[in-house]
Amino acid sequence: MMQPGLYHILFISAALFFIGVFGFFTRRNLITMLMSVELILNSVNLNFIAFNKYLWADKLDGLFFTIFVIAIAAAEAAIAIAIIINLSRNFQSIDVEKTDEMKF
Amino acid sequence: MSGADILFYMLAAMILGSGILSVTTRHIFRAAIFLLFSLIGVAGMYFWMQYEFIAAVQIVVYVGGITVLIIFSIFLTQQAGEKLPEQKMGRQLFAALAAFCGFAFIMLQILRHSFIGTTKTTAEPSVVNIGNQMLGVEQGGYALPFEVVSILLLAALIGCIVIAVRNKTQTT
Repeated sequence: MMQPGLYHILFISAALFFIGVFGFFTRRNLITMLMSVELILNSVNLNFIAFNKYLWADKLDGLFFTIFVIAIAAAEAAIAIAIIINLSRNFQSIDVEKTDEMKF
Repeated sequence: MSGADILFYMLAAMILGSGILSVTTRHIFRAAIFLLFSLIGVAGMYFWMQYEFIAAVQIVVYVGGITVLIIFSIFLTQQAGEKLPEQKMGRQLFAALAAFCGFAFIMLQILRHSFIGTTKTTAEPSVVNIGNQMLGVEQGGYALPFEVVSILLLAALIGCIVIAVRNKTQTT
């Protein structure tokens, strides 16, 4: 056990990213796939903040990128949930294997 | 080992443990709750790094907004309490192998690389500094991306209404 620093946070964010990738590969339900995408976006945010704090503390650019990623993630989640609700209305299912028709 | 170190390891265990449970549990509602705890852990990590503004934004947007949205959409689309169908063993094995190989590759690259930080004076991540730079139009200001993101949010708002609205003539 060492003093926690940049490498520890990079380890956490890499692990969180690949947990999200694992969920994205295995899940076949659209809502759980959306949750995996949220985990991936969070790991990226953690990375930006860690680099800003430990390497470029004289600037705030990593912090601004994190704010913009959070805003875009909120918009993405809202759109994805609108699409999921529309799908469940048309197909009575949100399983990606059953929704194989590109028709509105 | 100081108190801050113990706090760091507790937050790390919370983030990774609830992240793993969130992608492996077969109850979709539990997956949402574990995702909530993972996001709170990330917010705690921002507090640990003393970026209080980002931690507050994380709690407001992710924990208060996106997770509630996901829970509502679970109630609208699923039979809550029903288990998700069992996944194929081969697919899970392949996904775990791919994720582990990617993780090992990234960690090898990180550990072989030595990062060199700046030695200039630190900029305080206070709300005053963030606000001044966020709406600044001079070199290094973020006024233009701010406006672009606001247009994007407006477009997303309208798009959500258009996509999710129920079409009266089409319903059976």
